[in-house]
Amino acid sequence: MSIQPATDAAYSAPPLLAVEALSCERDERWLFRELDFMLSGGEILQIEGPNGSGKTTLLKILSGQFNDHEGEVYWRGQPVSRARGDFLASLLYLGHQPGIKGALTALENLAWYQALGGVVDRVAGVDSVNAPWAALAAVGLAGFEDVPAQQLSAGQQRRIALARLHLTPRALWVLDEPFTAIDIEGVAALEQLLLAHAERGGSVVMTTHHRFSDPSRLRRIQLGGNVDGQRPALDEESA
Amino acid sequence: MRREPLIPLAESNAASTGSLGAAMAATLTRDLRQALRRRSELINPLAFFALVITLFPLGISPDKALLATLAPGLVWVAALLATLLSLDGLFRQDFDDGSLEQLLLTPQPLPLLVLAKVVGHWLLTGLPLALMAPLLGVMLGLPSAAFGVLMASLALGSMSLSLIGAIGAALTVGLRRGGVLLSLIILPLYIPVLIFGAGAVQSAVAGLPSLPHLAILGAMLALALLLAPLAIAAGLRLSVNG
Amino acid sequence: MSAPATFFAASSRWLPWLWSLAIIMLLIGSVWGLAFAPADYQQGNSFRIIYVHVPAAILAQSCFMLLAACAVIFLVWKIKLADMVATAAAPIGALMTALALFSGSVWGIPTWGTWWIWDARLTSMLIQLFLYLGVIVLRGAFASRDSGSRAASILALVGMVNIPIIKYSVDWWSTLHQPATFTLSEAPPMPASMWIPLLLMVMGFYAFFTALVLMRTRVEVLRRESAKQWVRLLLNIVPERASSVHAASVQAKDERH
Repeated sequence: MSIQPATDAAYSAPPLLAVEALSCERDERWLFRELDFMLSGGEILQIEGPNGSGKTTLLKILSGQFNDHEGEVYWRGQPVSRARGDFLASLLYLGHQPGIKGALTALENLAWYQALGGVVDRVAGVDSVNAPWAALAAVGLAGFEDVPAQQLSAGQQRRIALARLHLTPRALWVLDEPFTAIDIEGVAALEQLLLAHAERGGSVVMTTHHRFSDPSRLRRIQLGGNVDGQRPALDEESA
Repeated sequence: MRREPLIPLAESNAASTGSLGAAMAATLTRDLRQALRRRSELINPLAFFALVITLFPLGISPDKALLATLAPGLVWVAALLATLLSLDGLFRQDFDDGSLEQLLLTPQPLPLLVLAKVVGHWLLTGLPLALMAPLLGVMLGLPSAAFGVLMASLALGSMSLSLIGAIGAALTVGLRRGGVLLSLIILPLYIPVLIFGAGAVQSAVAGLPSLPHLAILGAMLALALLLAPLAIAAGLRLSVNG
Repeated sequence: MSAPATFFAASSRWLPWLWSLAIIMLLIGSVWGLAFAPADYQQGNSFRIIYVHVPAAILAQSCFMLLAACAVIFLVWKIKLADMVATAAAPIGALMTALALFSGSVWGIPTWGTWWIWDARLTSMLIQLFLYLGVIVLRGAFASRDSGSRAASILALVGMVNIPIIKYSVDWWSTLHQPATFTLSEAPPMPASMWIPLLLMVMGFYAFFTALVLMRTRVEVLRRESAKQWVRLLLNIVPERASSVHAASVQAKDERH
């Protein structure tokens, strides 16, 4: 499976992410086979497919969490397995669960992520102390900074997680169903945020069924899967 | 929502990863702060510890002399079970809310971040158990001369228990009913710690030097500190992505 | 040709030899040991249980080492065949441990006058049985077999690191609490007529164990590779048209190996 670049813009730098002959087998069943694609700065890759087609697994492979696969994932021309430190330092992954502690406030939750990812001293004129406040304001949580997250709605908890997109500067965003539990207004804002990230040279990989209003930077990849649930016979030579 | 990320990417590509120390400290304080906001969960292992100790005189005999000879072993076994009980929750919540996944994706070395979590677990269970032990020692008629060694052996040994137990917790965190399985895979590994921990108290009761026992407990802790974080990290990776 | 298929073909040639070797040695060893070896001057005929107990105990330990070795091969090089061997071997190791425990406690009746005594060796064996059970149960607890395999491998390695520590602690604990007069762990100096049958029994157990593990691994290979072409050919569950051609080519490959 391969994908043609969606835009004719010339990207001179090596692709941020390149995938070569990626196959993943779980319990003797192929989730997907021989995936080939590249992702350059400024592109948004949307992974689609029916349930059980391996979307989340592909995201986990692309975010370096799961390495039990065949084929190679390259980060800026280097295998991820070898450039792991640099890769993880450029990656922001948001999974199914928001990763937010109910007993802690929004600010405390963000503080942990800041400490894990490294605190940026000055951010577009905002220092590291004020940055979380600004990030929470940017996702519409102004006034909720000191409220324990368990008192917030599921959508608001997801917004705390989304605040990390404002707070942690990373070139590659890998997002698993980012539009889940977000209201209509939030969806539009998130779409704009993703597009703005791409416009500034960042890349996004995500699974979603959301239809972008502006598909210019969008590329799609369809994971076929075996919808009828049959186990295909494996080819001996590739085993 | 604001339309633009706050941080320009040009700056971000320099990829600040922060310091390992800050990340470990933040992980530790996060766990402690969270536990202190849910105090009822903190009490659980301590209450269990006291309850189990209360059962023994009722089940065996209130005879002071008999209880005093059994006391070192009883206190140690009860502390060990209390630790085991608390271990199931070590990674469970992080696993459920998705922050474990995030912990695995930081550029920092996972075994050290995990070590910070285990230290947090020890501060919240092992250390309180050690501090509480003399009280239960009194109830079992343990000679007061052995209290110091009891606390020292429990403080030292329970850190090993937390480290070894965290391996089992990491391996079973993805399983729906991991609790019973956790005991099966962890209890055999606890036996050396139990032998030397209870042995230290017994020799203190008998008026013998207990320093050799404590030294061996220390050696076990050193080995556990060295190797357990690697196994815990491997277990977590498997549980999160399995 | 994949590694499991190669293994499957090769093991079918090894098995007859292993089985004959195991049967011959076990037969000679047990008849010699039970009927002809002289009785022990202290323990009389009850010592003869060592012809079962010692080989079982040795196998129980060797099997755990095998599990740990398979774990390293599987975790580091991702060779699934190693994990299949570990899957096949773990229950047999547990069985050997149980056999050693049972024979040890039977021996306890004439020697100590009780079924169970907290002898250092028996206690370590008991703990080892729990370690085996943990590895086996953990593997089965995962919905995904790949996850179960990795979990069991990690636990086997952790157990391997701990076994010497456990043995040392239990020995130390045992000498402190009860200096035993007889232990099964230290065999007294024996005449050749006593230890040669023992050696035969040990080697016979190894051959028997290897054959059993190979057979169980073959079953595991078939189970896991049941969707693959070579297994389907082997079991004749492919469309007629393709099977004759492929069967011929598989056979040719088998002969090359």
